[in-house]
Amino acid sequence: MADAHNKEVDQVSGVETTGHEWDGLKELNNPLPRWWLYLFYVTIAWAVVYWILYPAWPLVTSYTTGVLGANQRMEAIAAYDQGIADRSEFADKIVATSLQDISADQDMLQFALANGQAAFGDNCAPCHGSGGTGAEGYPNLQDDTWLWGGTLDDIQTTLLHGIRTTNDDTRFGDMPAYGRDELLSKDEINQVSNFVASKAGLETDEGVDLAAGQTLYEDNCAACHGDNLEGIQEVGAPSLMSANYLYGKSLDAIKAQVTNPRNGVMPAWADRLDPATIKSLTVYVHSFGGGQ
Amino acid sequence: MSTDTETHEGSQSDEWFASAKKIYPMATHGLFRRIKWALLFITLGIYYFLPFIRYDRGPNAPGQAVLVDMEHRRAYFFFIEIWPQEVYYLTGLLIIAAVALFLMNAVAGRIWCGYLCPQTVWTDLFLWVERQVEGDRRERIAFDKQPWTASKVGKRATKHFFWLMIAWWTGGAWVLYFNDAPTLVWQLLTFQAPMIAYIWIGILTTTTYLLAGFMREQVCIYMCPWPRIQAALTDEKALNVTYRWDRGEPRGSLKQNKKLVDQGLPAGDCIDCYQCFQVCPTGVDIRKGMQLDCIQCGLCIDACDNIMKKVGKPTGLIAYDTDENIERRIEGKEPVYEIVRVRTVVYAAVIALVGAIMLFVLLNRDFADISVLHDRNPVFVEQSDGSVRNGYSVRLSNKRRHERHFMLHVEGMPPETLVEAVGVDETFAGRPFIEVGPDTTREVRILVTSPPSLDMPHSTPVIFRITESVMGEVVTARDTFKAPGNP
Repeated sequence: MADAHNKEVDQVSGVETTGHEWDGLKELNNPLPRWWLYLFYVTIAWAVVYWILYPAWPLVTSYTTGVLGANQRMEAIAAYDQGIADRSEFADKIVATSLQDISADQDMLQFALANGQAAFGDNCAPCHGSGGTGAEGYPNLQDDTWLWGGTLDDIQTTLLHGIRTTNDDTRFGDMPAYGRDELLSKDEINQVSNFVASKAGLETDEGVDLAAGQTLYEDNCAACHGDNLEGIQEVGAPSLMSANYLYGKSLDAIKAQVTNPRNGVMPAWADRLDPATIKSLTVYVHSFGGGQ
Repeated sequence: MSTDTETHEGSQSDEWFASAKKIYPMATHGLFRRIKWALLFITLGIYYFLPFIRYDRGPNAPGQAVLVDMEHRRAYFFFIEIWPQEVYYLTGLLIIAAVALFLMNAVAGRIWCGYLCPQTVWTDLFLWVERQVEGDRRERIAFDKQPWTASKVGKRATKHFFWLMIAWWTGGAWVLYFNDAPTLVWQLLTFQAPMIAYIWIGILTTTTYLLAGFMREQVCIYMCPWPRIQAALTDEKALNVTYRWDRGEPRGSLKQNKKLVDQGLPAGDCIDCYQCFQVCPTGVDIRKGMQLDCIQCGLCIDACDNIMKKVGKPTGLIAYDTDENIERRIEGKEPVYEIVRVRTVVYAAVIALVGAIMLFVLLNRDFADISVLHDRNPVFVEQSDGSVRNGYSVRLSNKRRHERHFMLHVEGMPPETLVEAVGVDETFAGRPFIEVGPDTTREVRILVTSPPSLDMPHSTPVIFRITESVMGEVVTARDTFKAPGNP
């Protein structure tokens, strides 16, 4: 504290110094107003009040909870429940309205798109990507290529029951493993793959018998993929004439898929999401632009 | 607050903190007092009564001239309606306010502090109440020292009652700017107003009561940043409330200075009566020169002029003047008053420029708006037939009070381009015809698909143009159409 011996009156300002000195610089004593000091005491008193009212001090395994019982986690849960309750008005309306009529009502459409976007981010984006563009093996929902149909009803059916799941109403399409199960020889696989590639506008290997490939296609593939390679949606067999191939559009990818095919699984969401959310997702995915 | 007038009690802690000296400003009369009363009536009149002015905006719109409608996110000022995204108008107002403050300062010092600042105006009003109840300076000093009798308690209670009533009315007027005033007044009277209204009235009642009743000059000296900034902004040509020491010194009583004159010695006009000090609301002795505590309200000018008239000397010993002129008079030159100089011209020009820009923007304001956000993921989608599709989130705003329809056209794309709006079935000439409700914004997802036979370039600039169906109002927004082509 101030040393009375070093106090002096500053010549320029006529103010007494505090007696503090640093490298020849002396501190003038211009006292703060006393109410300022009292405000400081008030903040200290408020801190004590706060400790009593709110959670404040950490204990060994818990903490002081405060007499008001404030708990932000419980408040967040209550707010979440309130949010669910608040939107039930629209959710109920969506459940009661047909998929086709939802887009006719501006408010309902806006709700469905917002709700669908949130649900898509939580549930679908890990495989289909946040923008619905998919990846190799995970269908692109933005384009107009649909394995199982792109109408509102088709999209909802896929969402509810999934593809190749254990759900009773799931849709199932199985690409046989022509190579792994030795249904075709390596040469035959080469021939049929080259035939498909030639039809799809890809470069083919030289010296391959495309006519033999066509015969093999008609005997083994046409039942599902169609006589003109156009695909059949009822069995989930993709068009081989499309610009978009799920497992990659190249001769090697075609050979790989004929030899040892991948049959991707889309989960069934009927038991995991409520009907309003499924419907919202349907409308949202359809709104990407690829919907039929 | 302490009524202690002692400055130093001798104990150690007192050296670091000083009790506020209670100030008992004396009443005065004169030109500046009259100006202050007039401005007090005008400013408080605007503040208290503006919410009650009605302005007809037609059905489904608030009929209050000045209203900040937080609930519906609109602000109204007579014929102007501001949406939240137009809050930049406020930026313009703030720039004008700041530069106006600088201009006032360059012309005549702390005009704002002395005449217009809410702290000054409300303190003046509270002081008037105090004077009516407890008397003028001398009576109040004596009154504070009196023992607590029934009469003293009664007077004190009366004073605080009126203070609280003014403070309450201040808080009450504040909330009226945020809700329909007559409705809210009725709700407040019948205790049916929303809780937030009572909370805000409570907060502003408290701050008005404390700041104007008790804190007074402490706010100006310790809380307000403007005195510090003002001191750095002023120059030697700015008019300030100035004690003309060249004329006043050496000061002395009438008798004493008469003796000096008789002896042929110089004697000043200041008779050392301390009237300037006693009328000062911040307890300043103006004769010490310009200082941070002085709010330049001009009351010391009135007080001094009254005395000068009584003793038969010319008025204006304290006046709006400059340091430069004092020096000039000492040197025997004529004083100069340069109100028009570079800095005042620049400040005025900035105010005029910003004001003109705001006026221009306001007059050319659209009553429809469009904003376009291109999808980021995916940037484009290739279709099975080779065509490319881009998705956009488009927001259409209708700032009129009736439902309107807009035709959307995407310019810059080749013919045969497909433009679809999700959820909009209506079309006009093959283009989406979008309905937007009154005073609302509608978000629509727009899908633009290029013709399959064309190879689109990497990026095509496009313009989204909406045309209103009745008046033909046109608003546009720029964006791009992306495709996998080479950049």
